[in-house]
Amino acid sequence: MDVKITPPSEPFPGTVHPTDGGGVLVSSLDEVINWARSNSLWPLVFGTSCCAIEMMSTAAAKYDFSRFGFEVARATPRQADVIIIAGTIVNKMAPVLKRLFDQMPDPKYVIAMGACATSGGPFFYNTYSVVKGADHIIPVDVYVAGCPPRPEALLHALITLQEKIKSGLTRDQIRGEMKAHGN
Amino acid sequence: MGTEELIQSIQSMFPDASINMGNNFPELVIEKDSLLSVLNQLKSEPTLAFDYLFCETCVDWKSHLTMVYHLDSTRFRHNLVIKTNLDAQAPEIESACHLYRTAELHEREIFDLFGVKFLNHPHLRRILLTDDWKGHPLRKDYDDPINMIKL
Ligand code: SF4
Repeated sequence: MDVKITPPSEPFPGTVHPTDGGGVLVSSLDEVINWARSNSLWPLVFGTSCCAIEMMSTAAAKYDFSRFGFEVARATPRQADVIIIAGTIVNKMAPVLKRLFDQMPDPKYVIAMGACATSGGPFFYNTYSVVKGADHIIPVDVYVAGCPPRPEALLHALITLQEKIKSGLTRDQIRGEMKAHGN
Repeated sequence: MGTEELIQSIQSMFPDASINMGNNFPELVIEKDSLLSVLNQLKSEPTLAFDYLFCETCVDWKSHLTMVYHLDSTRFRHNLVIKTNLDAQAPEIESACHLYRTAELHEREIFDLFGVKFLNHPHLRRILLTDDWKGHPLRKDYDDPINMIKL
């Protein structure tokens, strides 16, 4: 199965069989569920340093990620679907991040925003306090490069996450797909 | 009072100390034992009225440590930096927190990260790092083979 990229012109998964006075929509339940999930991802309010400023600007009027279904940032992990790790994770924060992730209900997704969350970034060398990548603590779905990434880059990551959810594949399946296509 | 005038009047108060214009503020270098009396005079002298300690920090020069105090007068809006050198092996200095309450937290942080011992501080213990932390990470000779990747 291909990783299916749903273009915006295809708003609802499935095919319409035209009949008199309307049509019958044929789809699979999985696809509908994934479609619904991907279009309503509530991020957790979680910003640990400078990248959080960029995340806030992505949320604010100019870039406005609510256009893609991310509008309701939640201050409690129990109501959040996606955690955008916006900033440096230090050793003292690591258990907190793990607990927040554990408290989120399934299905849950993680975006590592910026160099710090991806690898430790500018704090990779000669630091006693920084975790060298948030994926040492929780599994990450999408990584964004940059220090900090531009709001466009974060939007791209959010859309990539949506595509990933819509494709309905696990991480290993996606990796297999990419290998099969030689990239 | 202009900066020149300020420098002159402080110099005349402390003839033994050296005072020069730094990059942003006049810098007064003193002996560490005279810290409290210098701070006290600067605070109580009505024409100076340095009543606000807006920053207190430490620098590790490997050979010695330097304590840096930034003072401000909320009445006259003039500033002053006070520097004093400490021994790197057993750094010790009187706490300024009985003159400036804000020093209490600054000094706990400096103790935590540089290991400077502040005498007569009401409760000198770590503030940022965990209580069982070994060493003082902002010292140049600090090493942590587990967490640190050396470049
Ligand atoms: S990646 Fe850069 S901008 Fe983002 S938190 Fe780290 S240092 Fe700050």
